[in-house]
Amino acid sequence: MWEYAPAPESRDIANLKPNYRMFVDGKFVEGTGEPLKTINPGTEEVLAEVSTASTSDVDTAVKAARRAYDRVWSKMPGSERAKYIYRIARQIQERGRELAVLESLDNGKPIKESRDVDVPTAAAHFFYHAGWADKLGYAGYGPDPKPLGVAGQVIPWNFPLLMAAWKIAPALACGNTVVLKPAETTPLSALVLADIIQQCDLPPGVVNIIPGAGDVGATLVEHPDVNKVAFTGSTEVGKIIQRQLAGTSKKLTLELGGKAANIVFDDAPLDQAVEGIVNGIFFNQGHVCCAGSRLLVQESVADELLEKLHARVSTLRVGDPLDKNTDVGAINSREQLAKIKELTESGEAEGAQRWTSSCPLPDKGFYFAPTVFSNVSQAMRIAREEIFGPVLSVLTFRTPDEAVAKANNTPYGLSAGVWTEKGSRILWMAQRMRAGVVWSNTFNRFDPAAPFGGYQESGFGREGGRTGLEAYLDV
Amino acid sequence: MAAPTTLPSALADAVRDESSLRRFLHGLPGVDQVGVEQRAAGLGTRSIKKAAKLHAIDLAISMVDLTTLEGADTHGKVRSLAAKAKRPDPERPDVPRVAAVCVYPDMVKTAADELKGTGINIASVATAFPSGRSTMDIKLADTRFAVEQGATEVDMVIDRGAFLSGRYGQVFEEIVKIKEACGDAHLKVILETGELVTYDNVRRASWLALLAGGDFIKTSTGKVQPAATLPVTHVMLQAVRDWKTQTGELRGVKPAGGIRSTKDAIKYLVAVHEVAGPEWLDPNLFRFGASTLLNDLLMQRRTQLDGHYSGPDYVTVD
Repeated sequence: MWEYAPAPESRDIANLKPNYRMFVDGKFVEGTGEPLKTINPGTEEVLAEVSTASTSDVDTAVKAARRAYDRVWSKMPGSERAKYIYRIARQIQERGRELAVLESLDNGKPIKESRDVDVPTAAAHFFYHAGWADKLGYAGYGPDPKPLGVAGQVIPWNFPLLMAAWKIAPALACGNTVVLKPAETTPLSALVLADIIQQCDLPPGVVNIIPGAGDVGATLVEHPDVNKVAFTGSTEVGKIIQRQLAGTSKKLTLELGGKAANIVFDDAPLDQAVEGIVNGIFFNQGHVCCAGSRLLVQESVADELLEKLHARVSTLRVGDPLDKNTDVGAINSREQLAKIKELTESGEAEGAQRWTSSCPLPDKGFYFAPTVFSNVSQAMRIAREEIFGPVLSVLTFRTPDEAVAKANNTPYGLSAGVWTEKGSRILWMAQRMRAGVVWSNTFNRFDPAAPFGGYQESGFGREGGRTGLEAYLDV
Repeated sequence: MAAPTTLPSALADAVRDESSLRRFLHGLPGVDQVGVEQRAAGLGTRSIKKAAKLHAIDLAISMVDLTTLEGADTHGKVRSLAAKAKRPDPERPDVPRVAAVCVYPDMVKTAADELKGTGINIASVATAFPSGRSTMDIKLADTRFAVEQGATEVDMVIDRGAFLSGRYGQVFEEIVKIKEACGDAHLKVILETGELVTYDNVRRASWLALLAGGDFIKTSTGKVQPAATLPVTHVMLQAVRDWKTQTGELRGVKPAGGIRSTKDAIKYLVAVHEVAGPEWLDPNLFRFGASTLLNDLLMQRRTQLDGHYSGPDYVTVD
């Protein structure tokens, strides 16, 4: 047997500090909320103490953002704003390794993903939107579209840095200022991004980052001086925010949960479909709102595909997120792990057939072995509820119409995948999928030029591309 | 068309006649170019260190088909290559021997004499290598000559012209006949993937060669660019893995040409490990067709053991 020796990235590269403070009005300041301890989900050790915002801190941050908006940022020519945004993008690249290691420590995702996906895509979002800053008149929203004002943004823990980039880059490019609240369990990379923003000499108050739990987010979105709210997270919280904002003039975009169908036809390139299924559900431990968590496979190839899938999933290496050879890292928190366990138990209780990889798991930390449920029916909880973990539900279909019906039979509608060698069928399916993103013969590919967003309970509004600018412009 | 081994019924049907063979090969699942290249690049980022690296280097050395296939080859050149095969690093007797020496048919006897009793195989290219453009009689005679001279392995080329024009039956028959002519010698079937161009073709040619009884499927002659690539090798590894699932038999894969560094070789071994499976990490089932690779493996082996790099003057150039 050939065992790969451990190949861990050094944690020293993360430049981890014992304390992190919030970033308001261009300065790092102590928050007056109860400090929180952020832990490494891979080992359960405490990484750092982070000060959090109180209600009055939120108000200070929004006021700073308003001042920066009125006095500097909204008046600055787009070509000048672009220079700042380009600078941020380049700094993210410069400090890419530091950010990648920090992200893996705080979030639990494998270093190969933070290094090859999260950090480069975050930089790409700043580069892409920097390019728009002086061309907004050509974006299709009139000759001189205006910004909205102060954007209050709340982001989740699954892609801490990347979500911050998705939110901050278009807001700045369009001339808005930002108050952003990172997730309670993963505040660190956003605060390093704040350090980058400070070093890029962004005018004070243009970007403010205030860590804290859900109550800080609620205070932020409720603040009367916020003009625009952008939230990525659970459908449950999204609904609360929408209720809170009803009747106000605040513009809202929500990017919420999903239960995406990955549809494999019998003429699909099977080996690559297996890769796509694995990437669709085990990428980032399945903590992906657009994860392909429901596999719909045509009955005539179901057995062959499932056999190949089990063999492939058995080769996934689960373990230390900092090891360069780790494919699946740690579940982000104890709470999330408990939720995944509860839902998988319901799958077994409801009669689905469970298959779990026999890969070894570390003794400490939050880990869950990749799991595939077959004989799943649409009525089961594992086919309807978002698990947000490395758990795949396999369903079958007989005809293209049945595939469409089953794929769309969900209150969500964020993404879908279609696997077939037949080009006409890809287009036929894509027209019928009620999903914001339809991938064909690939899955979980992100590009700043491609708009991303959902239908129904997966939210509304788009992020990325020309379409994504609309959320930050007064149109 | 006669299948060389007893095949399971589904596969026996595939080789019943020319049209069945065509239907079978065209019924194989397609290969998505973007997907297979992405997977190959992804696996290429595995970080192999310390003991795992040393193990990989020794394994790779034992999988090398040390090759010289030049118009300028002489008996002297082949003798020195044979000496290198026996003792790759003369100062380090613990270095494993290579798997085989690979030469043209007229050099087989020289190599066989040099390597007698060492357990190192003598591979010979045959069948009007590298183009394969000759008559069947000449290809058979070429093969028989190589085996008579002492070749224990024959590396044949397929007729790419026939394959590309869809005459799969002809390609199949040729492989079957050459396999017969080989007797006990192992047959490696060179697909020349650089001329087949698409991954779909590589998959079809791989299955064609396996159905016809090839013991190994080999990427390239080394005379056509591109020679071996990682994604092509992925597709071929998938073919032998699927062959095993259907028949229970283990067949081998040999990428050849263009693999020059230890880093590249390790990427191939990772692919063998994770695409085909750990069983294929064996010189009987995976080979590297290479000439310059061996010295880089030796230099990296020294680096691993000595803790510093000593440079190309400390390994022998043969």
